[in-house]
Amino acid sequence: MWVKVEPRQEASRRVIYATPVLAVGLTVLSGYFLFLFLGLAPAKTLYHFLISPTLTFYGWSELCVKAGPLVLIASGLAIGFRANVWNIGAEGQLTLGAVGAGGVALAFWGESGLWILPLMCLAGILGGMLYAAIPAFLKTRYEVSEILTSLMLTYVATLALGILVYGPWRDPMGFNFPQTRMFSDSALLPLILDGTRMHLGILVTLAVAVAAWMMMARTVIGFQIKVVGLAPAAARFAGFSRNRTVWFSLLLSGGLAGLAGTFEIAGPIGQLVPHLTPGYGFTAIIVAFLGRLHPLGIIASGFLMAISYNGGEIAQVEDRLPQAATGVFQGMLLFYLLACDFLSRYRIRLAATRREASPS
Amino acid sequence: MDEEQRAPRLALRDISKRFQSVVANDHISFSVAPGQVHALLGENGAGKSTLVKIIYGVLQADEGQILWDGRPVTIDSPHQARGQGIGMVFQHFSLFEAMTVLENIALGIDNAPDLKELADRIVTVSRKYGLPLDPSREIHTLSVGERQRVEIVRCLLQNPKLLIMDEPTSVLTPQEVERLFVTLRQLSDEGCSILYISHKLQEIKDLCHHATVLRGGRVVGECDPAVETARGMAQLMIGSELKQLVRRAGSVSAEPRLIVENLTVPSTLAFGIDLKGISFEVGAGEIFGIAGVAGNGQNELTQALAGETTLHRPSTIRLDGKAIGHLGAEQRRMHGLCSVPEERSGHASVPEMSLAANTLLTARNRLGLARQGFIQPTEAQDYAQRVIDEFAVKAAGPSANAATLSGGNLQKFIVGREVLQSPEVLIIAQPTWGVDAGAAATIHQALFKLAQNGTAIVVVSQDLDELLVVTDRLAVINLGTLSPSIATAEASVEQIGLLMGGLHGMEGEAADRGSSKHVG
Amino acid sequence: MIAESIVNISAAVISASTPLLFVAAGELVVERSGVLNLGVEGMMLMGAVAGFAVTLTTGSPILGIVAAAAAGAVMALAFAVLTLTLMANQVATGLALTIFGIGLSALLGSGFVGQPVPALPKLHLAGLSELPVIGPVLFGQDALVYLSVILTGGVAWFLKRTRPGMMLRAIGESAASAHSLGLPVIRVRYLATLFGGAAAGLGGAFLSLSYTPMWMEGMTSGRGWIALALVVFGSWRPWRVLAGAYLFGGVTILQLHAQGAFHLPAQVFSMAPYLATIAVLTIISAGPWRGRFNAPADLGKPFRPSV
Repeated sequence: MWVKVEPRQEASRRVIYATPVLAVGLTVLSGYFLFLFLGLAPAKTLYHFLISPTLTFYGWSELCVKAGPLVLIASGLAIGFRANVWNIGAEGQLTLGAVGAGGVALAFWGESGLWILPLMCLAGILGGMLYAAIPAFLKTRYEVSEILTSLMLTYVATLALGILVYGPWRDPMGFNFPQTRMFSDSALLPLILDGTRMHLGILVTLAVAVAAWMMMARTVIGFQIKVVGLAPAAARFAGFSRNRTVWFSLLLSGGLAGLAGTFEIAGPIGQLVPHLTPGYGFTAIIVAFLGRLHPLGIIASGFLMAISYNGGEIAQVEDRLPQAATGVFQGMLLFYLLACDFLSRYRIRLAATRREASPS
Repeated sequence: MDEEQRAPRLALRDISKRFQSVVANDHISFSVAPGQVHALLGENGAGKSTLVKIIYGVLQADEGQILWDGRPVTIDSPHQARGQGIGMVFQHFSLFEAMTVLENIALGIDNAPDLKELADRIVTVSRKYGLPLDPSREIHTLSVGERQRVEIVRCLLQNPKLLIMDEPTSVLTPQEVERLFVTLRQLSDEGCSILYISHKLQEIKDLCHHATVLRGGRVVGECDPAVETARGMAQLMIGSELKQLVRRAGSVSAEPRLIVENLTVPSTLAFGIDLKGISFEVGAGEIFGIAGVAGNGQNELTQALAGETTLHRPSTIRLDGKAIGHLGAEQRRMHGLCSVPEERSGHASVPEMSLAANTLLTARNRLGLARQGFIQPTEAQDYAQRVIDEFAVKAAGPSANAATLSGGNLQKFIVGREVLQSPEVLIIAQPTWGVDAGAAATIHQALFKLAQNGTAIVVVSQDLDELLVVTDRLAVINLGTLSPSIATAEASVEQIGLLMGGLHGMEGEAADRGSSKHVG
Repeated sequence: MIAESIVNISAAVISASTPLLFVAAGELVVERSGVLNLGVEGMMLMGAVAGFAVTLTTGSPILGIVAAAAAGAVMALAFAVLTLTLMANQVATGLALTIFGIGLSALLGSGFVGQPVPALPKLHLAGLSELPVIGPVLFGQDALVYLSVILTGGVAWFLKRTRPGMMLRAIGESAASAHSLGLPVIRVRYLATLFGGAAAGLGGAFLSLSYTPMWMEGMTSGRGWIALALVVFGSWRPWRVLAGAYLFGGVTILQLHAQGAFHLPAQVFSMAPYLATIAVLTIISAGPWRGRFNAPADLGKPFRPSV
């Protein structure tokens, strides 16, 4: 008996939706052995890591707080990935968005008015867009890989934020800590549930995810994005401009990352600090893939990643699990997902003779 | 001893090969004598390519036996095949563009000597067989004919006892074909067997000593091509009485519908072809053909006509008097110019998408399959179903992915998608490349009907026979320039052949990078 | 005085360039075989932590260096299995490798943060290092520096002069053609990918054993990505990649020295290597020399045999 591998003519839908589940299963299994290797009690640690964050209502509200930015960023990135535009600099666009929004908040510090928050959002989106415009310009004008430029710009953005919070924007009353003043109330997102940290931005995020779904499923621009990604020559033939698609998807994903940055500083953080997120911009890449680049799938995978953050913190306290375990889990998950995708494109059978299959 | 002397060089016994549900080769048996030029004749999809890949060790048979000089052998790899003395010239050359002739040849030879010595041997062998080559040139600077020489010399250096040639003439001018035949006859005289794969009957009559005809993966007949008529072989190959195409009686209007005037486009690709001063006119109801050897600017021309490349001067292309040269593909479509590019999968269609979604590529605005930026899914489904019905496309339905269709059915769908939009002008490249005879007839008939209703049609094709059948007038493209047009009825193959070779001589630098990447 | 600072600066430039050179030379081989592995940052970090941990626990820097190369190769093996056997998207898998490597190296290294390890000894080549100025610069470096240059030369020789090197280039040019000639496409790509991983691991080990020398989470700070850009900058030619690596080492050291000289926030200067990368990529892509035409034609395209 030999294993026979045959390509499927059409990717199997059932398998496409089953692979993330399989990948999660394999990741949990590997996690078990990883914890064992680290000398921890694997079952107990896994329980803290995966189950504990979901046991209380407050736990779920915290998951929403973490999943929010991930889903918001991933919704934008997924659209770009569909078009084969690899924006991996969302972290930098998030940072620049936060700088824009934070600038507005600080400029009108002490003032109050309903217009401040919308203005911050606008500045945040614009900040993210402008920052994403650099790779878009270099890609469309000079064919420079957006992968490298968007990533390099992330390092630059972090340094730029550092200049501001260590320098001109530092809180004068802050005992020299590298952070800005806490924003005034008008610059903070209203909470949607008392006793939690859930803010208005989470509702906006849900709306964005649904809008992204509509766009990809029903509109010509969504169709255009898919065609450019799947078959660039067919896109040219159909009259779809690749450059316009590159601009569109980078500006969109940059704008959403900028908005996510705005929500972070106007929500849970409440000021600008040197390190705004635990790497949401990168984790969102995993969220996008694990959600099958589908807006609704992204919501589900956003929650899973939120669990890995919050569970990681719980296990850190309870089991002394190093903080880095969260990153290992996330990376492993993406690895297994990519490996399992093989099943959706190829059929594996046991065959009597050893012959390699081939399409004619 | 005597027995072995008389044993055929190659004998196949009951070779079978299956791909999933498709039987590509079904108990194939025949033999090739030493020095014999043996034709393997059959349509696209008859199983020829699979069979020769088995002989050359690229694929392995599921069942059956290969006898080499009377002894059973297993050929697990091209390496082993070469070891036995089998050489192969591929239809789509297996050459490396950015590497030199010398390196390319060295890679295809086992136990290659050091490069200096090899270079000397290349020069010697290429002189002996009239195949001049410069070992130090990089492949992308060579013409298609010269590239084929590289492949042939690579085989000859290993003193093959059997040379397999897969559709060697599809990329050559008639004059280049003659030169190739001289070389092949010389080889045959020296005792080298040649397995010659083709579906061109006249060539087989000219060159081959014996022919085996394949259809649907089986041997359906053997004959002596010198004796058998071309028509008889064609019937064996196609399996039914040849259908005569119904030529339309429509009249061609004097008023030109499509005017192309001094079209000049510098190539944007590294090794592309510049279009130089191309001018022609096509009347309403006229079918205009553009012939030429692959890689002489056909792709560039089709893209410039379809609007995938836009032009600075609007009046370069005029449709019913409107200047449309500056417009993009979709805007030209809205003015009534539709097109079918050469590459079916990935250019004319998105393989991973449904047929319904594929109608959106070209019909979304013309037929209102999308409105105000929103897709109308039912309208797209209905249109896809209409194309499937009217062009007898074998598909599971409008929701089937384009990738699940066979080449011929996908081509029918793509042509149907454009034809049913009743365009004023249709640009169509390689309409029947790699398509079976039934589908080809459907496509040709659709073009005739479209022309009858007043559409001006431009057919770009490397298949001269096809152009002679379907067009009213034709011209030849060579190195990016277009010859004056001639009425098809008055054209002779020799005349066109000379034009294809070009006034610039046979050593054209027409080396398009994409030329060896046609869909098979 | 001046001579001394020239010596110091030059030696520092070479030192800053070496990790980039290791990684870029390795990735060059990978890309010439047609594979685009964007996971170099992850492989580098794994090399750095493995090299550090093994050197610290065994006391043998040689074992540490071997472990670093092995760790990089193991990471590359995961990438190869996914992309070459399971046909996963190379870009996505490369990103996964980076994310995974960042996490796993941080996890494995969490116990080593802040611990010291003796820097690799400088090899003073028989008398040559006594030469004024060039002596200490060129001949007073540690073994890994020499190894990086030897590696580059070896890669150049391998690609240009050997039959396997020719095969590797052919496979990167057109995997389908190579397969039809009977060249072992998948095997060569596996080996090239593993080599690239080992070289990236060595680059990481140089950081944690010689340049810093200590272990810190994410200590590569984007050097893997800069090395990817260097391969493009060097238009896939080993000696040009070497020149690019030294240019970038120069930028890194220059900005460090500039920080003291100007009254500007240090971050402004720290941006220099990243901005320089973007500038260099733009120039090479926009310029009339069109370096990108040298890119292997099948770079990043998946290949499945017997199609």
